Amino acid sequence: MAFEGLSERLQASLAKMRGKGKISEADVKEMMREVRLALLEADVNFKVVKQFVNDVKERAVGQDVMTSLTPGQQVVKIVHDELTNLMGAEVSPLTLSNRPPTVIMMTGLQGAGKTTTTGKLANHLRKKHNRSPLLVAADIYRPAAIKQLETLGKQLELPVFSMGDQVSPQEIVTGALDYAKEHHHDIVLIDTAGRLHVDEELMQELVDVKEIAKPHEIFLVVDSMTGQDAVNVAESFNEKLGVTGVVLTKLDGDTRGGAALSIKAVTGAPIKFVGLGEKLDAIEPFYPERMASRILGMGDMLTLIEKAESQMDATRAKELESKMRDASFTFDDFIEQLQQVKQMGPLDELLGMIPGAGKGKMKGLKNAQIDEKQLVYVEAIIQSMTKRERTEPEILNASRRKRIARGSGRSIQEVNRLIKQFEDMRKMMKQFSGQMGKGKKKGFGLPFF
Amino acid sequence: MSFFKKLKDRLTTSTQEVTTKFTQGLTKTRDGLASAVNDLVYRFREVDEDFFEELEEVLIQADVGVTTTMDLVEELKTEVKRRNVKDPKEVRDVLVEVVAKMLVEEEETALDLDHELNVILFVGVNGVGKTTTIGKLANRLKQEGKSVMLAAGDTFRAGAIDQLQVWGERSGVPVIRQGEGSDPAAVVYDAVQAAKARKVDVLICDTAGRLQNKVNLMNELEKVKRVIEREIPGAPHEVLLALDATTGQNAMVQAKAFKQATNVSGIVLTKLDGTAKGGIVLAIKNELNLPVKFVGLGEKIDDLQPFDAEQFVYGLFGDVFEEKENVETEESAE
Repeated sequence: MAFEGLSERLQASLAKMRGKGKISEADVKEMMREVRLALLEADVNFKVVKQFVNDVKERAVGQDVMTSLTPGQQVVKIVHDELTNLMGAEVSPLTLSNRPPTVIMMTGLQGAGKTTTTGKLANHLRKKHNRSPLLVAADIYRPAAIKQLETLGKQLELPVFSMGDQVSPQEIVTGALDYAKEHHHDIVLIDTAGRLHVDEELMQELVDVKEIAKPHEIFLVVDSMTGQDAVNVAESFNEKLGVTGVVLTKLDGDTRGGAALSIKAVTGAPIKFVGLGEKLDAIEPFYPERMASRILGMGDMLTLIEKAESQMDATRAKELESKMRDASFTFDDFIEQLQQVKQMGPLDELLGMIPGAGKGKMKGLKNAQIDEKQLVYVEAIIQSMTKRERTEPEILNASRRKRIARGSGRSIQEVNRLIKQFEDMRKMMKQFSGQMGKGKKKGFGLPFF
Repeated sequence: MSFFKKLKDRLTTSTQEVTTKFTQGLTKTRDGLASAVNDLVYRFREVDEDFFEELEEVLIQADVGVTTTMDLVEELKTEVKRRNVKDPKEVRDVLVEVVAKMLVEEEETALDLDHELNVILFVGVNGVGKTTTIGKLANRLKQEGKSVMLAAGDTFRAGAIDQLQVWGERSGVPVIRQGEGSDPAAVVYDAVQAAKARKVDVLICDTAGRLQNKVNLMNELEKVKRVIEREIPGAPHEVLLALDATTGQNAMVQAKAFKQATNVSGIVLTKLDGTAKGGIVLAIKNELNLPVKFVGLGEKIDDLQPFDAEQFVYGLFGDVFEEKENVETEESAE
């Protein structure tokens, strides 16, 4: 892949400077060029990059970067901090009106993911905030858009208000508000048609809808893969409507998502949610710091750790840890870990969060076929072992292995490989615990990472 | 005859209507890219490093992408040196030539539709406009006198099947469909059988949008392709990747991943009218080695146009052409 993380870029440029003893202003300039290119490749808007690099440069020169022992990392840290600041230092919550219904209007270009996001957001509000949302189908242009929202409504078991595609959006919204009051819905989510920000007529329609609906939140839904144009889009929507928040969609892809930075810089409106998958619960609040790491190609360890923590039982993790230490780790523990990891979500998604892993640069992960099926096979093999075999792997002789292979429907080579890996792992753990002593601890180790 | 005249002359072979479509559809990109270039050449008195650096910025801002921008500027520098160009305005003309050279290559942009039953498979990420493009393409082929059939292979997104159905009704084209959530490979299989039985000329298969980093979904796509291959040797004759012109650098990643999974034969660039950043066309040409076969230049049913590199260059730098032409006529008058 053409993209490299900022860290690698800086390291490469620093390698050239090594041996100089001292880093000059010119070297800082060179580093700034790398920062600039990294951001541009992440689709951050050009003007935003320019301003940003200037700010960072000032900070970098002012600080002790030049005398620091690790100037590269120092710069990365400054860049990361500044990015985080730019995107809003903390999570910004949803504005919920204390006089219901709270009206939320969804706007954006075609194909940004408005309708899907509308469904996800409704689901989120119901689950996390205990609200009773009403979905309003106001996209009368795209064929079957209303049907799409209705289908989502059915899947979520949420009511959808629609009047067909022969009625103007203005009328639909008026009707929807009355309906919501009558039926005591405290959230009204209006799904509008996708439109180009240069389409005057349709933009005016949005302004009209806004007049009628008096929304508490106007969300701009933006595809995280958007390029340099993101700024123009955000600018025109913001100018016409006054955007109060942004939802970034399709972040489960492998885009760096520099658009996020551009949009925030232009509109000043906080990014409130991100869409992270095709399922209807794949929506999360936006964390600026994580986004900064992502733009810089540094992975997303925080989310990974959080996911792991939410799935793992703390006391159980401790137990496992001590088992790893004295190497009494068995196949039973192994399979348990396997299942816990599986609960965390699709493996490829998890791997993407590990810095460097996404690009196959990490040793051992190179060309790693992230195939969930492999896990199923491993499980099958372990489950074909007897209780005793699982706790005392030492007794696994040739005839036992043969039986296991037959029982699990895998080849004997595969069985051998798994046992070998397991033994290696145990050995490694022993070494590790010997080296680490009591100092470091993190509750879990992922055996096959 | 100058380069400009030659290209302009080639344009007259296509209809005025097409030229208008390209010129209108590219208004935004022209305003963005060409006027920025113009602004640049009038601001600078001489051609120096600063000039090139600012030109780099202009190109990157138009989503040309870092790699392609560097390539373009490198090429431009060589030409400028070779021709000993000193005037920034002339550099602009050289730039237009370099851009044109990058775009106008002997490349097959026509669809391969010479078989008894031609199968076109559409692939792409979510929300790029696959279904809409299929609707428009079906209409275009129908008007060319071909019998067309559509396969509703997007069984995942809510409402996608109905969306395709509406397009089918609009242009009077049958749509083969199954229920939502059914196996797309099965839908496509049915469609191939139906297309064989009814002896249609072209079968266009829709698929669900998928992000290129989802291994399972990409595997599913390979399966769909295999089913087509098995039923009709040599098919699908075209695998078209729909790319959203507003997408940034990720477009390149998308193209590479889809190419690997399905052997993409061409690109449909959608929503080109909506972006001022049509520079992505250059990046595609330069970095991907894939022909752009169609471009979406508007929302109307006939706004899907076969890509024409010369029209594209003219649509981008039309003003430069007019200017040059005036100069040349004046010169010959003297």
